[in-house]
Amino acid sequence: MEEKSRDKHTKKSGHNREFAVVAYSFLAIFVLLMGYLIYFEAALGEKFINNPYNKRQELFEQQVVRGSISTADGVVVAETLTGADGAEVRYYPYDNMFAHVVGYSTHGKTGIEALENFHLLRSNVSAAEKVIEDLRAVKNRGDHVVTTLSFDLQKAAYEAIGVYRGAVVVMEPATGKILAMVSKPDYNPNTVVEDWSLLTAEDNDKSQLLNRATQGLYPPGSTFKILTTLEYLAEHPDYENYHYNCSGVVTVDNNVIHCYGNTRHGEEDLMSSFARSCNTSYASLGLDLDITRFGELCNNMLFNSGLPLPLEYKQSSFVLKEGDSAADIMETSIGQGKTLVTPFHMALITCAIANDGMLMKPYVIERIENANQGVVESYKAVEYKELITPETAAVMQEFLKNVVKEGTGRKLKDTSYEVAGKTGSAEYHTGSDSSHSWFVGYAHMDGKEDIAVAVLAERAGSGSEYALPIAKEIFDSYYKQ
Amino acid sequence: MMFLFALYTFMCFAVFRGNRNQKKKDRIFLWQRVLMYVIHFSAFLALYAVQDDWRVIIFYLFQVILISITLTCYQLFYSGASMLLANNMCMLLIIGFTILTRLSIERAIKQYIIALAAVVLTMLIPLLIRKITFWKRMTWVYALVGIAGLLAVAVLGKTSYGAKISISIAGLFTIQPSEFIKILFVFFVACMLCQNPNFKTVCIATAVAAVHVLILVMSRDLGGALIYFITYLIMLYVATRKLFYFASGMLCGSIAAMVAYRMFTHVQVRVVAWKDPLSVIDNEGYQICQSLFAIGTGGWFGMGLGQGMPNKIPVVEQDFIFSAIAEEMGAIFALCLIMVCASCFLIFLNVAMQMKDQFYKLLALGFGIVYGFQIFLTVGGAIKLIPSTGVTLPLVSYGGSSLLATMIIFAVIQGLCVLRQDEGEDNGRKKQGQAYQKVRSQ
Repeated sequence: MEEKSRDKHTKKSGHNREFAVVAYSFLAIFVLLMGYLIYFEAALGEKFINNPYNKRQELFEQQVVRGSISTADGVVVAETLTGADGAEVRYYPYDNMFAHVVGYSTHGKTGIEALENFHLLRSNVSAAEKVIEDLRAVKNRGDHVVTTLSFDLQKAAYEAIGVYRGAVVVMEPATGKILAMVSKPDYNPNTVVEDWSLLTAEDNDKSQLLNRATQGLYPPGSTFKILTTLEYLAEHPDYENYHYNCSGVVTVDNNVIHCYGNTRHGEEDLMSSFARSCNTSYASLGLDLDITRFGELCNNMLFNSGLPLPLEYKQSSFVLKEGDSAADIMETSIGQGKTLVTPFHMALITCAIANDGMLMKPYVIERIENANQGVVESYKAVEYKELITPETAAVMQEFLKNVVKEGTGRKLKDTSYEVAGKTGSAEYHTGSDSSHSWFVGYAHMDGKEDIAVAVLAERAGSGSEYALPIAKEIFDSYYKQ
Repeated sequence: MMFLFALYTFMCFAVFRGNRNQKKKDRIFLWQRVLMYVIHFSAFLALYAVQDDWRVIIFYLFQVILISITLTCYQLFYSGASMLLANNMCMLLIIGFTILTRLSIERAIKQYIIALAAVVLTMLIPLLIRKITFWKRMTWVYALVGIAGLLAVAVLGKTSYGAKISISIAGLFTIQPSEFIKILFVFFVACMLCQNPNFKTVCIATAVAAVHVLILVMSRDLGGALIYFITYLIMLYVATRKLFYFASGMLCGSIAAMVAYRMFTHVQVRVVAWKDPLSVIDNEGYQICQSLFAIGTGGWFGMGLGQGMPNKIPVVEQDFIFSAIAEEMGAIFALCLIMVCASCFLIFLNVAMQMKDQFYKLLALGFGIVYGFQIFLTVGGAIKLIPSTGVTLPLVSYGGSSLLATMIIFAVIQGLCVLRQDEGEDNGRKKQGQAYQKVRSQ
C-alpha cells in the first residue's frame, strides 16, 4: 500500500521518500520478527521442549501414556503399565541389566529416558484413534523408541563383567551403532525411588548411578600405546627400522619405568614392542616424540573435546605439553600420567581404526514408531570425522592383529573369528600394585558385521587376565549365533 | 480460531489489493467484524469450558458491549475515520482480554475498566484534533510538562525490576507517566521540526530530546529511553531529510549503549540472559527460558487456552504476554498477531504520507515509530531475537497506562484521518479525481 500512495505523492510533492524509507525499514523489522519466530519453531523448538527444566513436559504426561523402549531385536526394556484404577507404573522388565543406558524416568530422567523424553510423550497414532481414545477418556499412547541395542550382546556383556566394577561398550564400527553398554555396580531402575537415599548416601562409595562407560574417567594404561604408536608412525615413516633392547627396566633422570612384571623382552621392533606392551620401549620412544604434535594428534582423536554422543558423558583429557619433565613424558607414553579416558571414548578410537580411519557418528536410537508400529522417524548411519588416514589405519590394524597373534592377546588366537586388539593395565594410583584392567579391540568373521568392544574392569589386575576374557565371552556369544 | 484469525489478518492486507471501491471495502470491514465476534465468542467459550467460572460469561458480555459501542461510534460520528484501524484496535483489545482472562480474571477486569474509560475519553480526541488548531503552537508546553513529569518519576517513582517507572497516586493506583509523556514528546518534536528546521532549531530540539532520554536513563527505564531516542532520530531524519543526522545519532546511541552496558548491572544481566539463556537458567536466564519453553512447547497450533503453563513466566501479563499467546494459541496465531500490528503501523504511516501539513505528517510518523518500535522490542525480547527490554505489547499487555496511552495514540491517528478527509473534500471539489477515492478509502 505504500507503493501506491508513494507513487501518487512523490509525483505531487516529492515529500514522501523518507516516509517510505521508514515504512519499509519497519516492515523489514516485522518480517524479521516473523522470520525468527518461524525459524525458532521449526529449528529450535524441540530443543527447548526437551529441556529438563521445561516443566511443560508434565503437561504431556497428563495427556499421553509414556511410550515404551525396546532393543533393536524387539525386546521391550521399559514400558508403562496402567492399572485398572488408571495408576501408571514405569516398568523395566530386565531390572539392572539396562539400567544406565536406558536410564529411569521416575526420579528425574536419565539415559535414553531423558534423551527421548520428547518422543516418548508424543503420540503419533492416527487422528481417528486419538478421537476414539479421547471419547473413551483414556490417554493417547506415546511413541515407541527402538534403540540400536542388541539384547543378546547386552546380556552377554552384563553377564561377562559379572561382579567386577567397570564398564563394557560394544559398537558396530561400520555404522556407529551402540550395541551394548554396561556399567557396574548398577542399580534397579524399578526401585530407584525407594533406593534413592541409599544410592546417594554420603558413605556410599559404589557410585551405582554413575554410567562408568561414558562418565568414568580412567587412566588408559597400555591401551594408550595405540595413540603413542599413531604419533610415532606420523613422525617416522621408517618405523620399520625401529629397534630396542628391553632389559625390563629403564632409568632416565632418576625416573624408573618397569615392564609389567619386570619381564625382559629383549631385542624388539616397534610391532613386537606393541604386541608385548613393552613399557621401557614405549617410554624411551616417547622421549623422542614432538610433544606439541602429540597433543594435536590426541585432540584430533577427541581428547579434551566433546564427543558426538547425545547421552551424558565426561571429556577425556590429555594434558602433556612441550617442556614437561621426562618423567611425565615417559609415564604419558605408556598410558599412565595425567591422561584420563572414558571406556566409551576408547571404543570410538577402536571403531575408527576398524573402520579404516573413518569414525561413524555413534547413535543409540534406531527409529521412532507410533504405538501401532508405524515408523515415525528413523535414523541412519552418518560419517562423523576421519580420525586417521586409511593408510595409517591399515598399519594400526596390523599392529592390533599382531597383539593377538603373538602378544598379550594370545588367548584370543584360536577362535572361529579374527580379533585385533590391545590389552592394558592401568595403575590407578602411584606405587600401588593393583591396576585397572583394559581391553579394546574388534573382531571379524565373514558373513557377520564386525563389532568393537571396550572393556574396563576396575582394580582387577592385568588386561590379558581379566578384561580380555570378558571381551572373549562377548565375542563368543556374538559369533556363535 | 487460528484459521479465523488468519482470515482476519489476510483481510487487513487484502483491502488494499486491486482497485476496490468503497463498497467492497466496507463489505470486507464488515466481514472482519463478523470474524472478530466469532473469534471472541469461541475464545471465551473455550475459557469458560476450562475455568468453569460464571464471571467469564458476564465479563464476555460486557466486552461485547464495549467493542460494539466503540465500533458503532467510530462509524456514526467519524465518517473519515479508518475502519480498519478501529477494527484492529478492537481485535487487539479482544486478544488482550482473552489472554488476560486466562492468566488472571481479576487483572482482566481491571484492564477492562481502564479500557472502558479510555474508549469514552478517546472518543472525543478526533473531534479535538479536528476543531482545535493551536496544537502546533504549544511546543514548549509539551516539553516542560514532559520533562517535569519524567523528573517527578525519577525522584518519586518506585522501583520495579531494576527500573523506576511508575508513581503511585494517593496510594490508590499507580501510573507510568512515561507512557503518556511519549505522546507529548512526539507532539513536541513535530512542533519543533515542522517548519523547515534550520541548524539552530535542530540543536535546540536535540538538546530537549536528550534531556528526556537522560532522565529516563537516570530512572533506569532503558526500554523507554530507547523508544524516545529512536523516535526522535527517525523523526529528525524525515523532517530534515538528512541521513547524516540519523547516522551520527545512531553512532552516539551505540556509544551510549556501550557505556550503559558497563554502568548498569541489570543491562548486563539481560545481555547475558540473551546470549545463552540455557546456561544461566537458574538465575539471569530464567525468564527468557520460560518464555522460550512456552513458545516452543506451544508449537504451531498452541496448547489450547487454559492448557499451557504461561504463569511460569515471570511478568507474563506485561512484558511476556506474547509468549503466553504463542503458547496457548499457537505460533501461527502469534504470527498473525504480528501482522495485525504491522497493519496498524502501515495505517499510521499511510496517514502520515497522505496528510499535507508537515506537522500532522510528523505527528503520525512519530506515533507510528513509537508503536512499531515497541512491538519490535517486546516481541523481539520474548522470542530472544534481542535482549528483553521490559516493554509492553500495546493494547494487549496488562497495564492501564500503556493501554490508555496507546488508545490515545490510536484516537489521534483517527483524528488525523478525519482531518485528511476534510482536506480531501477541499481537494475533491476541485478535482473530483482519484485522490478523493483514495482518501475516502480508509
